Amino acid sequence: METNKPKRVDIIFVTEGFDPLKVVESAIKKDPDAIILEMIDSGLKGRGGAGFPTGLKWKFTRNEDSYDKYVICNADEGEPGTFKDREILDRVPEKVFAGLAICGYTIGAREGFIYLRGEYNFLLPKLNEKLVKFNEGLKKIGLDFRIEIRSGSGAYICGEESALFESMEGKRGEPRNKPPYPTVAGYLGKPTAINNVETLVYAFMISRIGAEKFKELGTKDSRGSKVFSISGDTPKAGIYELELGMSVQNFVEEFGDGDTKAVQVGGASGGCVPRKLFKDTIIGYEGIPTGGSMMLFNSQRSMYNVLHDYLEFFTEESCGQCTPCRVGCQQLLKGIEAVKRGERAPSYLEDLKKLAKTMKIAAKCGLGQSVANPFISIVTNFKEEIIY
Amino acid sequence: MADVQQIINDATQVYGKERKALMPILQAVVKEKNYLDDQDMISIAKALDLSAAEVFGTASFYTFLDTVPRGKYVIRVCKTISCHMAGKDEIIHSIEELLKIKIGETTVDKQFTLLTANCLGWCHKGPVMLINDEIFPELTPQKAVEIIAKYRAE
Repeated sequence: METNKPKRVDIIFVTEGFDPLKVVESAIKKDPDAIILEMIDSGLKGRGGAGFPTGLKWKFTRNEDSYDKYVICNADEGEPGTFKDREILDRVPEKVFAGLAICGYTIGAREGFIYLRGEYNFLLPKLNEKLVKFNEGLKKIGLDFRIEIRSGSGAYICGEESALFESMEGKRGEPRNKPPYPTVAGYLGKPTAINNVETLVYAFMISRIGAEKFKELGTKDSRGSKVFSISGDTPKAGIYELELGMSVQNFVEEFGDGDTKAVQVGGASGGCVPRKLFKDTIIGYEGIPTGGSMMLFNSQRSMYNVLHDYLEFFTEESCGQCTPCRVGCQQLLKGIEAVKRGERAPSYLEDLKKLAKTMKIAAKCGLGQSVANPFISIVTNFKEEIIY
Repeated sequence: MADVQQIINDATQVYGKERKALMPILQAVVKEKNYLDDQDMISIAKALDLSAAEVFGTASFYTFLDTVPRGKYVIRVCKTISCHMAGKDEIIHSIEELLKIKIGETTVDKQFTLLTANCLGWCHKGPVMLINDEIFPELTPQKAVEIIAKYRAE
């Protein structure tokens, strides 16, 4: 199996040698279809976690016949263990704005929004100040496009794209049925390209350095690099931009404390990789995908407590709209508590796994569907810790 | 106390009177008085030509849009896994001791409300708390107490 050592990359945070507005200015001299082809060619996939090819998303939105279209930057970063988008917005906001502007030009939108989670309101004064200047700059280069910021109010589910639209429309953040997909009917029912903060910055940088440069990094299925948020039992907690394609083993050798027994890849909604699978698990779309959250646990940690934390999180953050998720989250939580207290036989965990699998099929949105990821991986690999 | 009607009027000037203006208006009122009472929601409903139930439905969905009275300073201690591992329990305990309230309660002088929050996005610098919109990472029980004492002195 081919793997790479974690290689540090500097694309997202680099600022020297260019003015984001100038990059937009030269981008809008190109044909939108050429920009789309370059994005598709680069292999860039959404960096929020779902990994949909960015070029295709832009293409679908461009192909829709509508006078009003929108581009939205999803900055509702709520996944436990993720903090990269805050760092990106804090350090290189103009690159995010520029990514929005290029996307707006490409798909034919005149309005762009940044949906910023309420927990990051302290970023607003600085962001607003820079945004006013940037919007003026867009006018000067003759692009009919304007960006505004909208705030969230402490609901994890609003990171789900259709729930985010509902929230922006002044409603409860309850996910919609799909299809129709956002590229057809998103914000206010209009075609909408919604991208993660990091994705927009990569799109911007591809526009600047070209798809070829980007493609040199990563693997066939996971092109480029990715910003990782690293926390837990590690001496090196923080933000790192790394080339995609490394194994969990490579990652742990670099970032572990020498006693790592498990890595939770992709936050609470991701999967838990135990030590015995470190070597064979690739961090990327061909292995275990991640929005960037990497939480390390050493042998002193109780995986029961970890799972309990995650389930409490989902129980509280479930929007309550569909039964599999609303009731399922509660029952999984109650279930492991009952097994721990000895009120239920250990074999009850198998029933709970079935429930988690049912949620994966039957829940309406990604939240309910993904609870099975941590649940099944932790219960399967750390069964003794859940029972005793 | 701030004039809520004035806040609503100002916000509709910026965001308009369509339903999509609802979140910014609710947020503007909460920013000023930290919660929404029934009369606030009725006034907002009138301004946007919505039913009060629709406004309550939206407001009550969001953790940060409180519909019960809160203190002048709302303390939210992150309780999610990384902060849990970094010692959020000790932080909460020290704040409870200092303010003589439990999670979910408000001090008698209506200055502080203590709440927990799900992941605040500072997992590499936990434990962490928000006081209104201000963030305080890398807490120790001692630091948390000092920060709150400073707010108290204001």
